[in-house]
Amino acid sequence: MKDWMGKIRTLSLFSLMVLLLSACGRDNLTALVPKGYGAEESLRIIIITITVMIVVFIVVMAIFVFVLLKYRQKKGQENMVPKQTEGNKTLEIVWTVIPILLLIVIAIPTVATTYDLADESAKEDSLNINVTGEQFWWHFEYPGEEIQTSQDLYIPVGQKVYLNMMSTDVIHSFWVPSISGKMDVNPDNENTMYIEAYEEGVYWGQCAEFCGDSHSLMDFRIVVVSQEEYDQWVTDMQNVDPDAVPESTTAQEGKALFEQSCISCHAVGNTPSVGPNLSNFGDRTMIAGVLEHSEEELVEWILNPASKKPGNGMLDAPYLQDKSVSQEDAEKIADYLLQLKASEITPDSAK
Amino acid sequence: MSTMVATNKRSFGSVLWDYLTTVDHKKIAILYLVAGGFFFIVGGLEAMAIRWQLVTPMNDFVSAGLYNELITMHGTKMIFLAAMPLIFAFMNAVVPLQIGARDVAFPFLNSLGFWLFLFGGIMLNVGWITGGAADAGWTAYAPLSTTSPGEGVDYYVLGLQISGAGTLIGGINFLVTIVNMRAPGMTYMRMPLFTWTAFVASALILFAFPALTVGLFLMMFDRLFGSGFFDPNMGGNSVIWQHLFWIFGHPEVYILALPAFGIFSEIIATFSRKRLFGYSAMVFATVLIGFLGFMVWAHHMFTVGMGPAANSIFAVATMAIAIPTGIKIFNWLFTLWGGNIQINTAMLWSLGFIPTFTLGGMTGVMVAAASADYQFHDSYFVVAHFHYVIVGGVVFALFAATHYWWPKMFGKILNETLGKITFWFFFIGFHMTFFIQHFLGLMGMPRRYWVYKEGQGLDLGNAISTAGAFLMAIGTIVLLYNVIITSVKGEKVGGDPWGARTLEWAIPSPPPFYNFKQLPLVRGLDPLWIEKTEGRDGMTPAEPIGDIHMPNNSFLPFIMSLGFFIAGFGFIYQKYDLAWLSLVFIGMGIALGSMLMRSVKDDLGYHIHKEDLVKEAKE
Repeated sequence: MKDWMGKIRTLSLFSLMVLLLSACGRDNLTALVPKGYGAEESLRIIIITITVMIVVFIVVMAIFVFVLLKYRQKKGQENMVPKQTEGNKTLEIVWTVIPILLLIVIAIPTVATTYDLADESAKEDSLNINVTGEQFWWHFEYPGEEIQTSQDLYIPVGQKVYLNMMSTDVIHSFWVPSISGKMDVNPDNENTMYIEAYEEGVYWGQCAEFCGDSHSLMDFRIVVVSQEEYDQWVTDMQNVDPDAVPESTTAQEGKALFEQSCISCHAVGNTPSVGPNLSNFGDRTMIAGVLEHSEEELVEWILNPASKKPGNGMLDAPYLQDKSVSQEDAEKIADYLLQLKASEITPDSAK
Repeated sequence: MSTMVATNKRSFGSVLWDYLTTVDHKKIAILYLVAGGFFFIVGGLEAMAIRWQLVTPMNDFVSAGLYNELITMHGTKMIFLAAMPLIFAFMNAVVPLQIGARDVAFPFLNSLGFWLFLFGGIMLNVGWITGGAADAGWTAYAPLSTTSPGEGVDYYVLGLQISGAGTLIGGINFLVTIVNMRAPGMTYMRMPLFTWTAFVASALILFAFPALTVGLFLMMFDRLFGSGFFDPNMGGNSVIWQHLFWIFGHPEVYILALPAFGIFSEIIATFSRKRLFGYSAMVFATVLIGFLGFMVWAHHMFTVGMGPAANSIFAVATMAIAIPTGIKIFNWLFTLWGGNIQINTAMLWSLGFIPTFTLGGMTGVMVAAASADYQFHDSYFVVAHFHYVIVGGVVFALFAATHYWWPKMFGKILNETLGKITFWFFFIGFHMTFFIQHFLGLMGMPRRYWVYKEGQGLDLGNAISTAGAFLMAIGTIVLLYNVIITSVKGEKVGGDPWGARTLEWAIPSPPPFYNFKQLPLVRGLDPLWIEKTEGRDGMTPAEPIGDIHMPNNSFLPFIMSLGFFIAGFGFIYQKYDLAWLSLVFIGMGIALGSMLMRSVKDDLGYHIHKEDLVKEAKE
């Protein structure tokens, strides 16, 4: 029996430890370990509010527990009628005025940060990126640099980057918790937010506004690299040659197939496209935002996108309707796509 | 009068007919309780499916499409078809009795309100059978909702439109009832707090539901008749829907929460055997919350891009609501202070509510801080927050009210042991399910996610959350068993089993269909308590025994609602084939025809004669 109790105790201690260790979550995802300005400011407000609120909670609980211990009905006193009090003006004033003061303590930094995070005074002198949200992927256009890319957003560390965001279909929301809070991506109007990352790294972004079947699979990444690496990346991306001939023959055949079946939506190079831009596909962190970056997954994705991401735009592709792409073809296309390495700056550079 | 003779064994058919045609507020209360309880169970099953899908990362228990239908229907059902009607159940059962009235002001409309709600509620769920329920979230944000394929969202729009009309009718009815039908001496400042909160909630219904009606109307035209109110490609604006929805949606929170506060105020005063501390402050706080509730809708939209000025104004306005809410919490605590606290099941729920709701209020202030909300918004933190408010506030209140007023409604006390088992399972399960979700949200888990991925550090929290949901389910099953066993075996109790304070306890349980043989004379707050402390047995009558005017039963409300229900199908399916428009004409014909009939045919009700009342008293 004692042994059994001991096991339970060890087990519960252990699970408590696990809970504490995992309490902050994965560090390129969680809002609790900020790696950018917005996330840091939001966390500051979160800490201020929760501190004040915990004080209030402790007061409430202290009275609550005291009252329950002291005034709980005792045996034999079932019929005791306590004194009927109407109320107390002083007390009412106390618990009206003190909360007002506490709320002022919260409200002032809240309003200040709200204005600060909406500050657009530096917009013209900063890097601007046009973000487009679509069911269920993200497109990034660098208008000043004339670069088009999708899914992996490259930004330089320590710089304010302004994101001008719009949707082409339903409402999405751009959220990279460890860098900054979220901003909706509306089909009606352009929303602007800025992000500033403190550390190089690859950060996990997600769509936070319910947008349909694959809402939970609309992931993307922010790749934060040093200024030099970023400049290099820009130059490389600007010089992408869509007509470059791949080395292997399968990839060459894949290129031909790609141009036959895929190019009506996708693009390699810096021309706008309906579907995701694939210039640096070979260096992507993930396929379609959520699949492991491997040839096997890619072939599967080309042949059966519905099983990987329900309701996505590729389901309407003509090659799926007339089944013109075979397993073999898909492998060739995959060969071609995976050798599209536009730049020597890759997510691996973000260390 | 034959109706007055208590018929012992009636056929099932006659009981059914009685309920289909009843205009008695007490029977309508039971209808609301049964229908709301049913939807609560179904919504709970949907919740269990949601939690089971999230028990492990990348789970495939349900498909993405089905998951979206589950979350949409869970939210819509719990708010509109469970919480609202259950609140209405207790308003119907209790408010007329608490103010010393023989019925509500418009008994016919009361019945119409119920049947509209029920048919609307059924319509909402028809999608489950016809191949796809609504899947755009309970908030149905455009353009996702306006472009959602199939008929699921059409059922959402028309179902809510029909049941919303029922709710609006109910709200108006209670406003008029409380203004006009209070017993002699029952001034506003002598009304029990539950009546006060029902009054303010009804006023909120009156002003909030029209915004939803307008929004749903526009959405109906966008989906079914090719308009583009919410379609930016046609010059519309999708954000307008969000405003309309939340202008309704935020007061809706208080429509649910205020009566819940009222319920706790009654129970805490009764079982502390003390007058409610700071009654006038409580009334003031109720009205203030109701008023401020209309000023804060855009705090649901901090990330929409309204700009820092609007965000700041709505942030500060929202924080202000914490003040009257705090006043309420402290007044409850000081009602307990110095009392003689008896802890039974109803009281357990009320005591469990205080810390739970305080946590919900705390996170409420946290999400109100706009610049912090950029992280909280649409994450599991918000899911945790509103479940602390809606479950910790409203559902706890409904469970408390069930135990507290069950003897008044059915003449029997629910089993206390089983009640306490339900409480502990549900209470512990609730905190297990939702407390951890605050952290899941901050760790980066967005809400309405069908799957979360491996390696996101969200596995353990979700597993704990799902385990908690099972405890809540066990608690609910025990409650159901309790209801059945009590109906079969429970012992009859008298009019005032709790030693309570308000008028509903001055008459037998369950009350006679005319409620009060003689209207009572109210001499202060807690009128029954006053009489009891002065050594009297019951209320002093305010009038001699006389004839009582009663309304006739009517089948028309059922027929009318059925007409709208049929027309709803016509509106939806005409988008495929105009021949379906015939259903619109048939349905609207039935509804408008019944209205015409109601208007031209005099229905003056009947009288219970003085002699019969006297005779009954002697028996």
